[in-house]
Amino acid sequence: MLIASAVIGISAGSSGVSFKTVINAMISAEIHDPVLEDIIWRIRLPRVLAAALVGAALSLSGLIFQALLRNPLAEPYILGISGGSAIGAILGILLGLPHFPGVSLTSFLGSMMTLGLLLIMSTGKTILRKDSLLLSGVMVNAFCSAIIMFLVSITQDVRLHNIIFWLMGDLSLAGLTQVKIMALVIIPCFVLFFFLSHTMNLILLGKETALSLGVNVKVLTVILLVATSLMVSITVSQCGLLGFVGLVIPHLLRFVIGPDHRVLVPASMLGGGAYMILCDLLARILPRQGEMPVGVITALIGAPLFIFLLKKAAR
Amino acid sequence: MKSAISVENLSFAYEKKPVLKNISFSIYTGDFFIIIGPNGSGKTTLMKILAGTLKPQSGQLDIFGSAIQTFNRKSLARTIALVPQMVPLEFPFNVLEFVLMGRYPHLGLFGWEQSKDFEVAEQAMEFTDLKHLARRKMNQLSGGERQRVLISRSICQQSQIILLDEPTASLDLAYQVQVMDLMEKLKEETGTTVIMVSHDVNLAALYGTKLMLLKDGQIVKQGQPEDVLTFQNLELAYGCKLLVDESPLGNSPRVTLVPKKFLAQSKDYLE
Repeated sequence: MLIASAVIGISAGSSGVSFKTVINAMISAEIHDPVLEDIIWRIRLPRVLAAALVGAALSLSGLIFQALLRNPLAEPYILGISGGSAIGAILGILLGLPHFPGVSLTSFLGSMMTLGLLLIMSTGKTILRKDSLLLSGVMVNAFCSAIIMFLVSITQDVRLHNIIFWLMGDLSLAGLTQVKIMALVIIPCFVLFFFLSHTMNLILLGKETALSLGVNVKVLTVILLVATSLMVSITVSQCGLLGFVGLVIPHLLRFVIGPDHRVLVPASMLGGGAYMILCDLLARILPRQGEMPVGVITALIGAPLFIFLLKKAAR
Repeated sequence: MKSAISVENLSFAYEKKPVLKNISFSIYTGDFFIIIGPNGSGKTTLMKILAGTLKPQSGQLDIFGSAIQTFNRKSLARTIALVPQMVPLEFPFNVLEFVLMGRYPHLGLFGWEQSKDFEVAEQAMEFTDLKHLARRKMNQLSGGERQRVLISRSICQQSQIILLDEPTASLDLAYQVQVMDLMEKLKEETGTTVIMVSHDVNLAALYGTKLMLLKDGQIVKQGQPEDVLTFQNLELAYGCKLLVDESPLGNSPRVTLVPKKFLAQSKDYLE
């Protein structure tokens, strides 16, 4: 009961924050001109909605990878899965496919391929330790970056600048159609994860124990991995690489409300959404001119935290 | 007595390396059944097969008269609970949360516990004397307390059979007796069938109602402790000289290791 009430408090608080920022953004724009109201509803609102969806999706995917791989430092960006889906997305763009479903599909294939590569590398016959999973993730990530750079350098396209900007994580292009597409994919995943949240607790206890408690580990793992990759690839193909969100939010929430996934899943959704809206707000107001990609902000916050957590885990 | 587990001609191999070779035995309800044997004899593999986490390549395994294949994961979990050797501690649940996970096979679609589940968990923690630690995090407990939490979870699972994988390994002597006493009490009070894999032949002798001695995936001997723990059987299984006499507590054999310097002296003893 204590845990449940704590959750309600926190989720209400975090959604309150996001609500407030929405209002603030609206009010500040309204002061200038009533004509700008159109801009708010056509540009600002979709952008905030996109940020909330992306943030929720990424923070949830971090939470799920951490549970499945039993590694508190796992996260789609760190594991290289975001990178893989970025390669897929760039290939899709270069092939001239339509943004949806063409690029989203190649992006999904890219993320599944890196995921497969990662699993082969880390679960082969040699018993690798947990750090080596992260290490292979970092290597996959480096390899993906190299391929991305290669792809970028062989195109002499006007699209080049767009690709680079998009790569660094960008919400500025988000329109209502993008939001609809993302919601279409991401929201069913949310529902699925909500139903599976208790089994994630059991998976944390190890495969053997989960099996003996009645969890069909194989089926569950496949469902979770595919759904998570799908979610990651749709956000990458729409909004580029946004790192460390899946690390920051689940850790923060685990610290505050404990490790129970039945609470963490909805809390990560709300918290991740609020966090991304704030990051996007910073990305908009910090630079004097124009704006910076929101991926810069998430990395600036997330990377130091990752190092801090790594040090803590080593102790 | 009713048969709880019956195994017939069971074989298992990892890749091409055979681990269990054509084993047959029965465990009856209310037994305190302890599987002993040297490292690599197939004890742990056998335990995993009984728990349903490994599938044997051939042979028949019946649980309360029905083949294990007829159970689904959840119904199997309601019948057999497993107490593993290790708990991962990266994600620190508290004791109550951990014990409650034993309720999973009894929960509905959404996976939320009802008040009845909390009652069962509370009773389980009372039984193992853990109630005062309910809010403590798992990584703040001693080895003995952690073992008791694992046992509570298996009690909370309310299955008729509990499997334990070397529960006393790496525990201090006081905790070893505590854990074994706990399992004996559970068996006496609830009629739960307890099956354990153990390294410790003396603990096995003191608590087991039936023992099974394994070597190289085959049964050397099974039955009453005094029939299994003879120096001939033990020497065959472990490949070293051992001394067997009666425990000063009476009614059970006592196994003593024989250092090399005593071998010459004890020769007449063994013969």
